[in-house]
Amino acid sequence: MDLDLKRQLQINACKVRMGVVEGTFCAQSGHPGGSLSITDILTYLYFVEMNVNPKEPQWEDRDRFVLSKGHTAPALYSVLALRGFFPFDEIKTLRKSNSMLQGHPSMRMTPGIDMSTGSLGQGISAAVGMALGAKISKKDYRVYTALGDGEIQEGQVWEAAMFASAKKLDNLVAIIDNNNLQIDGTLEEVNSPYPIPEKFESFGWNVINIDGHNFDDIDFAFKKAKESKGKPTAIICKSVKGKGVSFMENNASWHGKATNEEEYNQAMNELKQTLSELEAE
Amino acid sequence: MADIIKASTRDGYGNALLELGKTDEKVIVMDADLAGATKTGVFKKAFPEKFFNAGIAESNLMGVAAGLSLSGYTVFASTFAMFAAGRAFEQVRNSIGYPKLNVKIAATHAGISVGEDGASHQCCEDIALMRTIPEMVIINPADDVEAKAATIAASKYEGPVYLRFGRLAVPRIFEEESYNFEWGKGKKLKDGTDVTIVATGLMVHEALKAAERLEVEGISARVINIHTIKPLDRHIIMEAAYETGAIVTAEEHNVIGGLGGAVSELVCENHPVPVLKVGVNDVFGRSGPALELLDLYNLNCTHIAEKAKQAVAFKIVPQIKEHDLE
Repeated sequence: MDLDLKRQLQINACKVRMGVVEGTFCAQSGHPGGSLSITDILTYLYFVEMNVNPKEPQWEDRDRFVLSKGHTAPALYSVLALRGFFPFDEIKTLRKSNSMLQGHPSMRMTPGIDMSTGSLGQGISAAVGMALGAKISKKDYRVYTALGDGEIQEGQVWEAAMFASAKKLDNLVAIIDNNNLQIDGTLEEVNSPYPIPEKFESFGWNVINIDGHNFDDIDFAFKKAKESKGKPTAIICKSVKGKGVSFMENNASWHGKATNEEEYNQAMNELKQTLSELEAE
Repeated sequence: MADIIKASTRDGYGNALLELGKTDEKVIVMDADLAGATKTGVFKKAFPEKFFNAGIAESNLMGVAAGLSLSGYTVFASTFAMFAAGRAFEQVRNSIGYPKLNVKIAATHAGISVGEDGASHQCCEDIALMRTIPEMVIINPADDVEAKAATIAASKYEGPVYLRFGRLAVPRIFEEESYNFEWGKGKKLKDGTDVTIVATGLMVHEALKAAERLEVEGISARVINIHTIKPLDRHIIMEAAYETGAIVTAEEHNVIGGLGGAVSELVCENHPVPVLKVGVNDVFGRSGPALELLDLYNLNCTHIAEKAKQAVAFKIVPQIKEHDLE
């Protein structure tokens, strides 16, 4: 992909990561680990892939996104803010009682949120419904949804996967954020959903395996997904939980806790360092 | 006496869908492999391009219905009450109720009158479950005429509605030509001064019969039909509490959390009078012919009349005897 665009995406993703750390620190709760692993994908979706208009969040013909792994809302809020749906400073109000930024996405409270999610396994069904709606109305918009790899332990995901392929929803893309960690440990330790690509293939999906932090890979995958005819696409992203903050990377304990002041400072310093290096390039 | 027409409320639902298919291009119907039983099959046959079968997957049924509504459609999602309100409760709460989406959960085969299939399929908990979801509208029609009108009214309302229908053919109470469905309004079917029977669903017909019997015994019973259980018509219930001083509720549902619960909560907080409940008495059902089961579980006019007499008796403030306090 174009080098300038790639650098710009990396810069944006770094800013999004800062938003994740900032928001969860201010809230003293939330889910930084999975937010950081899905950050690059969300950044690409909202800055390259999706046809959206921050000035008209409800625009009828927009592409839709459903964060099925709703607990990683801090990443989505940061991306939406950076894209201009609301001021970036709002992220500091995350999870507070007077905030529009709920612990999990609420479409009635936050501009740019297309579906309320949080209870795992449900978002993908709504995305399937939206994609079916586009087909019935003969509209061109596409629908994207992101799921956690632990989330696919929910049976509803496979109900939705079966239905989406039966209805030939090639306007639907499901992203599986395969960071291999869930609250209680690694996926294998808890209840292995592996092999993931084969499962989606056997459900009739077009499957693409990529590195979820490599923008060339990401760009390739979403372009490839557009070529799929008659099949929904699953993009399985190998990713790192806590990506971008050294002490959070690959550490399940950062699934659902916020930094203390010392950790916050260290995390922000690391991200600022990354940002200045990117901007200097 | 004219012949009594019998039809199930699910038939009324199917008829309404057929009409909506012709008049409202935004209506889409979904089912979970029960289209013949829920009567959505009638719609499917006439409008195959607007019908989608989720298969035996009720969680996904509710989620897809939510997504379709976000594409601008009015979606009717049908399955049996047990699976709509029970199995998919959380999907209804989180994917439909919380975002307040335009999905009509049209649940058939509610209550004990499912009959021979037995307890696993006799849902007597759905009203209680749905009542606890904020802003959920709950409609439980008394006959097929009301069921049809309620379905059409629900299609014009923007937001989640739980429509509760039965399997059993029940006596028609209302005339199709003159019936007018009033959203959220109870309807006084018979006036009375001694006691009020507040009934819903197939118990409305039983309530009318009970009132006739009570009349013979010199008790003047008012009968109110509550088709919209939530939001409850507060005015008509409180008026009954003030004017008749005693209430009996009648529903084909657990006595916990249904119409009886709703009426008790309202009356107790505003003008406490005796509220006695006729319903399934917190037990699981069993297999058997529907009409036999209704009798077996005391869901009939005889039991309503008995409870009405008890309620009237309760109106006399009991004198505390000294030995009660010892």
